[in-house]
Amino acid sequence: MTGYEALEGVIDNVEVPLLQARGVRKAFGPTCALRQADVTVSAGEIVAVMGPSGSGKSTLLHCLAGILAPDEGEVVFSGRRVDRLNEEQRAALRRTDFGFVFQFGQLLGELSVVENVALPLLLNGVRRGKAMAIAREWLEMFDLADLALRRPHEVSGGQAQRVAIARAMATSPKIIFADEPTGSLDSAAGVTVLDSFTAVARSRGVAIVLVTHESRVAAYASRMIVVRDGVVTAPAAAEWSR
Amino acid sequence: MSVRLALLGLLGRQTSHGYRLKHRYDALMDPSGVVAPAQIYATLVRLERDGLVRQAGMDQESGPARRLYELTPLGHAEVDRWLTRPVEPAPHLQALLYTKVVLLILAGRRIEPFIDMQRETHLARMRELTGLRLSRDVATSVLAEYALYHLEADMRWLEAVASQVERLTKGVAGDDERGGRTS
Ligand SMILES: Nc1ncnc2c1ncn2[C@@H]1O[C@H](COP(=O)(O)OP(=O)(O)OP(=O)(O)O)[C@@H](O)[C@H]1O
Ligand SMILES: [Mg+2]
Repeated sequence: MTGYEALEGVIDNVEVPLLQARGVRKAFGPTCALRQADVTVSAGEIVAVMGPSGSGKSTLLHCLAGILAPDEGEVVFSGRRVDRLNEEQRAALRRTDFGFVFQFGQLLGELSVVENVALPLLLNGVRRGKAMAIAREWLEMFDLADLALRRPHEVSGGQAQRVAIARAMATSPKIIFADEPTGSLDSAAGVTVLDSFTAVARSRGVAIVLVTHESRVAAYASRMIVVRDGVVTAPAAAEWSR
Repeated sequence: MSVRLALLGLLGRQTSHGYRLKHRYDALMDPSGVVAPAQIYATLVRLERDGLVRQAGMDQESGPARRLYELTPLGHAEVDRWLTRPVEPAPHLQALLYTKVVLLILAGRRIEPFIDMQRETHLARMRELTGLRLSRDVATSVLAEYALYHLEADMRWLEAVASQVERLTKGVAGDDERGGRTS
């Protein structure tokens, strides 16, 4: 082992956050959606983001995930300043290291379930045969193998969300950003989705930022932050800024 | 009341004695185990008096001999009737939580910090329950599910109250005035 590799090992073992936002501010015209956001996410950790409607949860998620560029502050992912990357670089980061799950309509209707899961792999340059094989493995993991050849409109809402999660996992991201992933489901279906989502993420060491207004959903996370009027008011954030 | 009905329900499944019933009751209905054995025995005596259960010999299989009980036809009818009727919706108030929130609003204090604190407390418990839910033990799993939905309801109620604090504060101040001020 070279000295450099040894040093890297040491650095890996120190609690270096996977993702860290400092003093992030984002306004839409006159509306200041996010005022002063400090957030830290460690590798493999599941963090719930709660707060009233319109408080800035989705805006925070989009800033963390490099979908929106903050007006002020910094977002650091694995030592890289996400906020300083150009649009092309951010898109590349989103494809390789990030996964996304939203509330509705994420699957492409023209593609089968397995093709939907394979899509991000294909976009990353994985050959078709290999991408389809990997996609099938992920479907298996989420108990969806039987639905592989169906179209999205031929599966239930809960199944569609599990397909979307399988797709988010397919590129083996370090972190998944989930905005109300069970928001369109009834409680029972939501619970089934979350059971498998969080179990698979934990077993693979994938971190999740989970936006939700339901405490039942937040209870799957190991930690919670609260956004109120664009301000992150988590105990964790208070600790961090000291 | 609930001990009486629970014992009837348990005896509807199989003949049993007080000692085993106490264990089944604790395991299925109330893991805190606060029901005293004496209450179980006293309830059995009352059920026998009311003609809902009767003695069915002694259990001498292991340990000391214990008196076995079984349901009478009347007892079976009672259990059936009770099990197949809906439960009267009661408010299920977390009385302390409710009282606190009303007093906070009454005092004109900000309710958000309290809600944030309560959410942390509720969530800590809900995290445990989310784990317990996956238990293979039916009673543990079902009880955890029950508690989760109720804690979720508390939180929803708190959020709903928080979003109406302004209106509620006015209402409360008005009531105080009508009731006559002391200070
Ligand atoms: N693209 C946009 N253009 C203008 N205003 C926006 C935009 N996106 C969000 N906002 C505003 O920013 C504020 C925060 O919105 P955001 O979507 O982050 O809230 P949220 O906490 O996710 O709410 P919800 O729980 O309802 O999804 C709101 O006042 C919203 O109207
Ligand atoms: Mg939102």
